[in-house]
Amino acid sequence: MRCSLKVLAPVVMLAAAIPAGVLAQSQGRLFPDVGKPLTEKEIKGFDRIIGPEGKELPVGHGTAKEGEVIYKQRCEVCHGVNGEGGILRRLTIGKPGQPYRGTYYGKEQEKMNGVSYYPVPTIAWDYINRAMPVPNPGTLKPNEVYALVAFLYYRNGIINEGDVMDQTTLPKVVMPNKDGFVPAKPVYPPEKAPSWW
Amino acid sequence: MKSNGSSRRGFLTQTAALAGVAAGAGLAAKGSPAKAQGNVHNEPPKRGARYTIDHMTHYTPLHEYNGVITPSRLHFMQQHTSEFPEIEADHHTLSIYGLVDRPLRFTVADLKRLPSVSRVHFLECHANSSLAIHTQGNENMGLPVQYIHGMTSCSEWTGVPVSVLLREAGVKSNGTWMVNEGGDACNFSHTLPTAKAMEDSFVAYAQNGDPLRVEQGFPIRLIVPGWEAPFSVKYLKNMKVVDQPYHAWNESMNHSVARPDLGGKVRWYHFQFGPKSVITRPSAGLHMGSKGYAQITGIAWSGGGKITKIEISADGGKNWREGKLQDPVHTKAHTRFTFDWDWNGQEAVIQSRATDETGEIQPTLQDLSKHWGITMDEWRQKDNKPRAIHMNAQQPWKVNKDGSISDAMFA
Repeated sequence: MRCSLKVLAPVVMLAAAIPAGVLAQSQGRLFPDVGKPLTEKEIKGFDRIIGPEGKELPVGHGTAKEGEVIYKQRCEVCHGVNGEGGILRRLTIGKPGQPYRGTYYGKEQEKMNGVSYYPVPTIAWDYINRAMPVPNPGTLKPNEVYALVAFLYYRNGIINEGDVMDQTTLPKVVMPNKDGFVPAKPVYPPEKAPSWW
Repeated sequence: MKSNGSSRRGFLTQTAALAGVAAGAGLAAKGSPAKAQGNVHNEPPKRGARYTIDHMTHYTPLHEYNGVITPSRLHFMQQHTSEFPEIEADHHTLSIYGLVDRPLRFTVADLKRLPSVSRVHFLECHANSSLAIHTQGNENMGLPVQYIHGMTSCSEWTGVPVSVLLREAGVKSNGTWMVNEGGDACNFSHTLPTAKAMEDSFVAYAQNGDPLRVEQGFPIRLIVPGWEAPFSVKYLKNMKVVDQPYHAWNESMNHSVARPDLGGKVRWYHFQFGPKSVITRPSAGLHMGSKGYAQITGIAWSGGGKITKIEISADGGKNWREGKLQDPVHTKAHTRFTFDWDWNGQEAVIQSRATDETGEIQPTLQDLSKHWGITMDEWRQKDNKPRAIHMNAQQPWKVNKDGSISDAMFA
């Protein structure tokens, strides 16, 4: 290793006082012989982390009708007909044309499982793509994920049956519970005591 | 190969590497292990476990060990899949990308070449001590102190500070958040502020001197000290630096909660745990034996730093006396406490409250309820108890005249 102990010690102990980015930013590497550079092409090949603006969404498209076919084959066994619930989570809490806008507290807390609860439209895409269906997660193609999201959002009354979900339209969907979370932008460091705020 | 794929060769490699850990796994079950657990190292506990179709839980028997290090085999576990991933350690990598100057990929061997730290820290599930579980226990889940509070454990973890890794990659000035992703079947993902990652988080490859156990994220996991454990992503494979919280499913749905004091709205992120403690012996389901000397012992911890004071009440919180904290006291770690008690054979309600170095005092359930706008009657409901996460209320245990002990949380 090329670096001296003098340089190394502060890096290891750096801990507390240093704000994000300051030490990490725009300097050369201390351990250039450890690890390998990643190319943009390699990153595109494995990155499945989708942000709330949908910038990373892959090219593709799907409709509720297409999604219904896939849903019946891959999802219904656990989540029930039209997402109404089965041995696993109920995903539908509204009706076509009538999104759920009620509370998620007390007697209604089970409704949290529905996709209507998500404040951001891309969460369903990210999660279905990474974690579903349970026996073989990661096997759905982008068009299939778009179609499943379209189907679930249609059944929840969030979009119309004919709406096409793609990398441009999905991030623009207005979720019925988009204002149901506080704070909208969490902050760090966390608010002052009590820490169980 | 896919990191969560099945490979006989890889599995054997992993088993061989971990064989040493198996020795002395005294509480291991004699029952047949699940498919992915073909070695003693990874056998489930004979009780203190709950398995569902898409979820596995192990609860730590807090009353059954001493000191502050949870024996590795007893460490609690929450896994959002039905099997553990069989990861081939020799081929597992950690990729750092997104808003960085130099996207990098490290093998596990690479990580072990970098400067390391060993630190004692607790981990705790965001849902530990939830009020609903007080009435949901069964014999497979152990005693109340285990299934109510046993989703916290404490280990000495060894690994590379995230600050070292981010220094290598060079974080861009707008890289204020990160999304960390695991290599289990659900590709578990969770957002973390870059500032916390730089402050004291690290990528661990060892637990109490041994390699990580399979259920603890073998071969590598993140440790985010003092914060809700879902931040400490297991089977860590990707760290993506981003410019805003990504609101992954686990934080926007699974780990959020609606509250009356917020007008029914949902608290999005909880980060650091407040001061907390629980008496582990005597506790519900155990028996006092004869009257006279009875040492009260338990653990205290806080995400705010070191525990500075422990107080014990034997009359349900009316009067308090200071207990002893056992050295060494680590920061953001379980701390053992004791209290010499002379039980007079009469009814008593014993409980502990911890204070941490920030001066914060562990609240009562009444304190929390008032703050959250929830009534005690709502907690007492049999069904539809409000969802409660991030819970650090004091736990009262009732000692009865006959020496039996019961849970007095809702008394």
